[in-house]
Amino acid sequence: MSASGPSGDHLLRWRDRARRRGVTPTVWLVVPGALFMVVFFVYPVCYGVGLSFQGTQGWSSAYRDFFADRLVNNHGSRRSILITLELALAASVVNVVLAVPIAYRMRGRVRAKRALIAVVLVPMTLGTVFVASAMKEFLGPSGWLNRALLGIGAIEQPLPLVGNVTGVLLSLVFTGLPFAFLLMVGYTSGIDPGLDKAAAVCGARPAQRFWLVTFPLLLPGMTITFCLSFVLAFGVFPSATLVGNDAGPTRVLSKVAYTEYSYGHYPTASAAAVVMAVVQLAVLGLVLSARGLLHRGPTTGGKG
Amino acid sequence: MTDVAATSTGQAAPPPVGAARRPPGYTLTGAVTWGGLWVFVGGLLLAVASVLLASLTTQLADGWLPRGYTTRWYTQSWTTFGLGRLLVTTVEVGVAVVAVTLAVALPTAYVLARLTFPGRRLLLLLFLVPQVVPVMTYAVPLATLVYRLRLNDTLAGIVLVNLVPAIPFAVLVLLPFVEQVDPRIEQAARVCGATNRRVFVHILGPLLVPGLLAAGVLTLVRVVGQFELTFLVSGPDSQTLVVALYGAAVQAGELASQEINAMATVYMATTLTLLLVALRVVDPTAVAARDGRSSR
Repeated sequence: MSASGPSGDHLLRWRDRARRRGVTPTVWLVVPGALFMVVFFVYPVCYGVGLSFQGTQGWSSAYRDFFADRLVNNHGSRRSILITLELALAASVVNVVLAVPIAYRMRGRVRAKRALIAVVLVPMTLGTVFVASAMKEFLGPSGWLNRALLGIGAIEQPLPLVGNVTGVLLSLVFTGLPFAFLLMVGYTSGIDPGLDKAAAVCGARPAQRFWLVTFPLLLPGMTITFCLSFVLAFGVFPSATLVGNDAGPTRVLSKVAYTEYSYGHYPTASAAAVVMAVVQLAVLGLVLSARGLLHRGPTTGGKG
Repeated sequence: MTDVAATSTGQAAPPPVGAARRPPGYTLTGAVTWGGLWVFVGGLLLAVASVLLASLTTQLADGWLPRGYTTRWYTQSWTTFGLGRLLVTTVEVGVAVVAVTLAVALPTAYVLARLTFPGRRLLLLLFLVPQVVPVMTYAVPLATLVYRLRLNDTLAGIVLVNLVPAIPFAVLVLLPFVEQVDPRIEQAARVCGATNRRVFVHILGPLLVPGLLAAGVLTLVRVVGQFELTFLVSGPDSQTLVVALYGAAVQAGELASQEINAMATVYMATTLTLLLVALRVVDPTAVAARDGRSSR
């Protein structure tokens, strides 16, 4: 490995300087992974962004077509932004709101905890098609739920739970809740139970203990869970197609992008995909910056 | 006042063991939480049961339960879809992706966890961004790229596109595991004259087995369920189970719904097996929380 001669001397000095900055030969281990990501992630994304500016009429025509609702099988591509946002935001809010109390109760000793966790995680394995089938069979007009509600006389007409936004939202919650729960279990069990006990010793009621002690500590975890649930719910289109009605009320952005792609309209497909990314990153940025405003300081007290 | 105290002590006195085990009080929020949890679990079980029943019915009934039961939908969908080949493809893709992912992600995670060098934050960003960008955003141009490389409708193409989200994900999963390994162990090995390769194979590898298992299992579960990417590059000769299932479900008119339900059940059985194996191998709460002390 040692080099000699004037050029080798130069090389040695250069290597020395690099080593002092922390570039040791071991750093080269990162090259395969980084190279792969550059070639197969960064390049495609840049290529897609470039493609979205190569519409048939001028650089912005793909975007103009998108926002003027001039795409294939058009059911309102502009409106699909709102639909996707609504669905993803509602699903992630519901997921976090449901996951927090369940995870909070799980942190202590609970009978059959492992079995309960396993059952709650089952929807992760079902797959969108199974969930869609389950929604249709169970919540459909002649499904068990509507039958039971009709039977006890709670409703007169079957509830329209499938083929609309409600159905898609339910299936998103169904598949997303386990994931949110799993994340929140991690955060709740990371909170020192001593803090809660200390507050109790000081005379705080359970509600006070939750809202003044535990909740602020959970907030960062809730933000992350919200963001990841949002990412999961935002990009998915099988459930919107199978449970909802993608010719209108539940036409999500990824479906718009896919339809354009399948017709070979690459500029407009890329434009739709770029709009998706911009909207999603904007929401994540807003949530994360709001988190910075809301809560500063240590998130775990005296946890070693 | 005394009355209440008397009754409460009277109730509490006989079974002190039971009173100690019971949580201090049943609160409204607790009742709502547990109620909600049981509603979720109940709905889940009923929904699964309804699909299972629907996959076994002879004909669509108008009552609570189907009129007759048969397993012919399973055999029928097995032959019409070539479920056996689909399963084989899915397993092949999953194993290949996991193997390549771990081989690439481990060195990367090691460098990112251990070394500080210029551009480290940029590299971290490179592995973080794929987690927050919608899959479609890179799936569409990536699929175009795969077509241009003439890899569409091949196993290699599917493995390639699935590696794109898998590698950064595995790197992020592995990072904390590498950070937990004491650097002095490696230093000791290096002092004793171990090369990079030997450090990886004989020191880090064994110490990182839990991390590698967690990353591998999570990657496998994600690859098996990965829809959008595989969907865009797969053709009739190279479908995974999810993609075939979606294709069948979309053209619902042409197939009996029992057949789709049977296929969905096979898919569920596959992933459920995976999950059970995963739960045996990695404790999800332990992975997420990384602390076993507070629960004990």
